[in-house]
Formats: sequence, C-alpha cells, structure tokens
Amino acid sequence: MRDLFTLSVLVSTVAAGIRLATPYLLAALGETIGQRSGVLNLGVDGVMLLSAFGSYYVVLRTENLWYGFLAGAVIGLLMGVVYGVITVVFEAEQGISGIGIFLFGLGFSDLLFEELVGTPTPLKVRLEEVAIPGLGSIPYVGDAIFQHNPLTYLAFALVPIVTLVLFKTTFGMNVRAVGENPQAADSLGVSVAGVRFIAILIGNTMAGLAGMALSLGLGIFQPNLTQGLGFIAVALVYFGAWRSRGVMVGALLYGIVASLVLQLKTRGIIPLEASDLGAMAPAVLTIVALVVLARRIEAPAALARPFSRH
Amino acid sequence: MRRVVGTRVLGGVVPLGAALVAFLFGAVMILALGANPLDGLVAMVDGAFGTPDRLATTMVRAAPLLLVGAGITVAFRSRVVNIGGEGQIVIGALLGTAIALTIPDTPKILLLPIVLLAGMVGGAFWGAIPGVLKAYAAVNEILSTIMLNLVAIQVMNVLLRGPMIDPAELEGSRIPQTQRLTDNAALPILVPGTRFHLGIVIAIAAALTVWVVLWRTPLGFRLRAVGYNPDAARASGISVERSIVTAMAISGSLSGLAGAVLVFGSESLRMVTDGSSVGFTGSAGFNGIVAALFGGLHPLWTIPSSFLFGSLLTGANNLQRALQIPAPLAIALNGIIVIFVVSSGRVRHLIEDRMLREKGGLPHSHETTDDVAVTGEV
Repeated sequence: MRDLFTLSVLVSTVAAGIRLATPYLLAALGETIGQRSGVLNLGVDGVMLLSAFGSYYVVLRTENLWYGFLAGAVIGLLMGVVYGVITVVFEAEQGISGIGIFLFGLGFSDLLFEELVGTPTPLKVRLEEVAIPGLGSIPYVGDAIFQHNPLTYLAFALVPIVTLVLFKTTFGMNVRAVGENPQAADSLGVSVAGVRFIAILIGNTMAGLAGMALSLGLGIFQPNLTQGLGFIAVALVYFGAWRSRGVMVGALLYGIVASLVLQLKTRGIIPLEASDLGAMAPAVLTIVALVVLARRIEAPAALARPFSRH
Repeated sequence: MRRVVGTRVLGGVVPLGAALVAFLFGAVMILALGANPLDGLVAMVDGAFGTPDRLATTMVRAAPLLLVGAGITVAFRSRVVNIGGEGQIVIGALLGTAIALTIPDTPKILLLPIVLLAGMVGGAFWGAIPGVLKAYAAVNEILSTIMLNLVAIQVMNVLLRGPMIDPAELEGSRIPQTQRLTDNAALPILVPGTRFHLGIVIAIAAALTVWVVLWRTPLGFRLRAVGYNPDAARASGISVERSIVTAMAISGSLSGLAGAVLVFGSESLRMVTDGSSVGFTGSAGFNGIVAALFGGLHPLWTIPSSFLFGSLLTGANNLQRALQIPAPLAIALNGIIVIFVVSSGRVRHLIEDRMLREKGGLPHSHETTDDVAVTGEV
C-alpha cells in the first residue's frame, strides 16, 4: 500500500487519468452543445465506434496520422448529417433514433473490422505525447499535465472555447434559445432547424474526435472498443449540468478513478477479479450523481422535444 | 381520435416500407462487400428457414427478443423508456443460474419453474430500480437504465470469474463460465431433433398475457392512462409514481425471463460471458426494443416482428458461412431499421394529412389512438 503514495506513482496516475479522460471529455463537450440546442443524441457510442475504426484503418494503411485525423472527423461529421436528417428533418423521437445509430455503429464497425482487418493489428504510428516547451520540464507537474498527446490538449482547450461560444456569441445564444424555447426563438426569426442541425454537426464531429482519440491513443482497434464509453459521455452532460467546466470535472473524475483502479491492479493491491468491481465504479458514480443532482439542475426546457412549425 | 380506414392501413404500410428501404441498404452493403445481394438473400432465407432445425433455431433466437419486446411495450405504453433490457436479462439469468447451482437436486417439476421465476424476479428488481429513481427522484430513466446495463455486465464478470466459475476452469483457461447446469433446470425440447424448446411457447404466452393485461385489466388501463396523459391520469386519482415503478418492474421481469430462457435453453446449458457487453445477451436487450417498435408497440404484432428479427440473426450467421460476409451485418441492419421506422412517423403524418384533405375531412389531425408519445422526458 505504501508505495502507492510515492510522488512518481501519483504523477503517473494523474497523467494516465488525464489521458483516459480525453475521449469522455471530447464526446461530452460535443453532446453538451447538442443538448443545449434541445437535441438528445444517444448514438454517441456508435459514432465513436465508426470514427475509431475509420481513423484506425486509415492510419493502418497509410501510416499517416493526419489522414487518420481527417477520417475520424469526417466520419463524425457525416454521422451528424445523418442524425440531423433523422431528428430535425423527420422530427423522429430522439432517444430511440439514438439507439438506432448506436446499433448501426456497433454492427457496422464490427463488420468493417472483420472484413478489412480481421485480427487486432497494432498501429506502427500512434498519437505520441508532446511536451509543451518549458512547462513540460517542470518537475512532476510537467510530467502529469504537460506531457500528453495533441488530442488531449485539444479536448481541454475546448472547455473554455465551448463556454465562450455558448455564452458570448450570437450562435451560442441562438443554440440556447432553441433549446429553451424554440417557439419564441422561431417567432424572433431564428431558424430552429438550422441552429439545431449545426449543433448536431458540431456534436457528432466531436464524438468522432473522441472515437479517434481512443483508437489512435491505444494504437489498436477491436470490436466494441468503446464498451459503452459514449453512453457515459451522455450522462456526463447531466453530471456537469450542461456546463463545460462541470463536464470537464466529471470526465476527469472518471479518468482518474479508472487510472487509480489500473494502478491498484498492476501493483497487486487489489486482486485481478476485483478490477471488474472497479470498472463498475464510473456507472455507479453516475447513478448516484444523477440522484443527487436530478432535482437541483435544470435541463434545457426543450431537450428531446422535436420542433414542428405547424 | 377519429380515423379513416386508409390511415389504419397506412399505420402498417409505412413501417413496412421503411423496413424495405432498410433492407435495400443491406443489399447495397452486401454488394459493396463483393457478393451478389440475391445470393445473400437466398443464403439468409436458407439459413433462417431452410431446414426444420434452422427454423427451430430461428425461433430460439426470436424467443428472447419477443420476451424483451413484450416488456418494452408495457414500459413504452406507460411512457417509460426502458433501455435497460441488457442489464435486466443479465441479472435475471444470474439469479436463475445461481439457484440452479445451489439446489441442483430439486426435481425438475419444481426446479424449472423456480429458475424461470428467479429470472423474472431478478429482472423485475433490476428494472424497478430506475423506475423508483424516475418516480421519486426525477432521474431520467434513459440514463439510469443505460448505467445499470454497464453495472450488470460488471456484476456478471465478477461472479462468473469468481464465485460462480466452473471449478474445472480454475485450473484451466479460466474462461468466465459456470459448470454445466443440472438437467433438472433445462427447458425441455418439444420437437425432437431440433432446438425447439419450451422457452418459445413461454415467450408467445407472455406476449398474449401482456396483451390481456394492457387492454383487459384495470392495471393495464392505469398504465396506458399514465402513458397517454400523466396529468389527466393523476387528476383522476391514478398514482403516476406507482404506475411507473410497476411498468418498469413488469418490463424488467420479462427481460429477466428472457435471460433465464437464454441460459436454460442453451445447448451448453451454462452461463458464459466473453467479458464484453454483447457476449452473453447477443444484444437481445436492444434488439427486443427494435422488435417491439417494429411491432408498433403492440404485444401481438411483436410476435411476428420478433420472428422476423430472429430470422435476420440466423440468416446473417448463414451469410457468414456461405458468402463470408461478417454476421455483425445483422446488428447494423437492425440499427438502420430502427432509424427508418422512427423516422417514418412524420412521413406517415404527411401522407395522412394529404389523404384527409382530399377526402375533405379533418384538415389537421395528427391524433390516432395507437400513437404513443414516447418522449424522452428529461
């Protein structure tokens, strides 16, 4: 037990926690924008799987991370177009259509993997950690916080950016307006459909980045790589009360709990069998948080309600 | 509430049309994978219905979908979105399996009903949790059921790797599975030489029972009243909270029964996991939702609908054997079908409006008695 509390173990636990938080954070920030506009997207996990496979496959074939990056983002964007058509144009029930997207992503990424790759093959190139000049060489703190791959930096940089966009720009104001009171926004000449569609595109592209962060970070893909991570990301939005800082705290909590369990396991402090119990912790934590928060936080009033002008 | 005959027919035609479009997508995917879609169709039909044994296997695959689907109709009709079928299946199966491991020498006539009942109890318990959380703590049930799915899978992993593991596996490869369970708990085979077992009959009986309960009992009336308009239901003295918990418990009990049927109807007669979320259930918790939606959230229509999706699963397995097209195609197709069916509601309304206007009838009537407002209340 004692060697758990040395500084170097602590540093590596925090560093791993930040790394593990990255896909949660990217997906949950995207979902925050979507939900703020009144659109619930339960298909995040499916989009992540598709992008995770797509970027993995492109890098496997080209050995060029930029192409992989492009593939992951474009797949997310395309799935955004699909989801926008389903929920904005056809005004379909959002909870269920999200499950449809999830099943499609789960099945289709598995299908493509078995058809095109077959056995999990590690990538020759994967996202490398980059030390931020200067900051990266601060003892301990530098190793824990400023030694990460570019997508991790991007995810955390997006936290204030999402807040700025939502609260300081016209677009953000429109997003919140159509999420709270689409009829009023519509009567003021805001295109509810247009704003929601763009919010969906942004959200899905970020889910795509999250999937890519997962597969390119690990350097490998296997069927159902996400293991429900995308669903937890959706819950994190509630956890964070639709604010990017709250979402970040939630994602970090998840990442650090996960990395702590990993540490305890590899150091033999808890038996291997108990690691499943550790894997259970995030979901239990979320349920508890939902119970505590449910009556205190206010969701966007029009969340998951399709808007129809007639 | 008034309807013309045309819209009644339309209610069935539009989802069918949506499914056809989805299957066209499937054909395109088969084509893209370098095979002839017609060959694919032949392989799938052959795989699902080609021999009595295959037909029986199709029904075996359909049974859990029907059980979950029948439960889903109860939940959705009561305006509770139960996405927790996966977890409820797992907990039901675990409880039934644990009992079969504890009292293996009980006579079959007692043990079989006990383990099936245990499945229902386990599922009902796991379903009631999000019900209580929704009714009394305002926790969104979509989120809580999804979280409880993740928890259930880890509970299964812990139990099957530890306390419930086959003692022979402890020295061996440590595959997370139980020993072969007692034959006293096995679902009897009804058609010798095939896998057609009692679970299929149970599933059909369950769907019929759900129909009776929903439309012929005061309980069903209360549930549907809450689903149709919770405020009006409350005003007329119905406890909305209790109805939500009841609906979730019934829905969960049927998923739990599906879990027991999966274990005690399996050829290996053991509970086994690959540690992943889809290993044990084969995504039946999600596919059951698909079957129920496709059946118009009607328990009786869910019977043929489950059979259709069961045949899709067995057909896809044959597709893999015959044409080397990976079987996950079936899951992807299910997703596409869901998307098309839920999107078709608006298409249906547009066509209905036009038909009604041409008849000089109601200018704007979006209300039909069968419409259920399944909104993701958050």
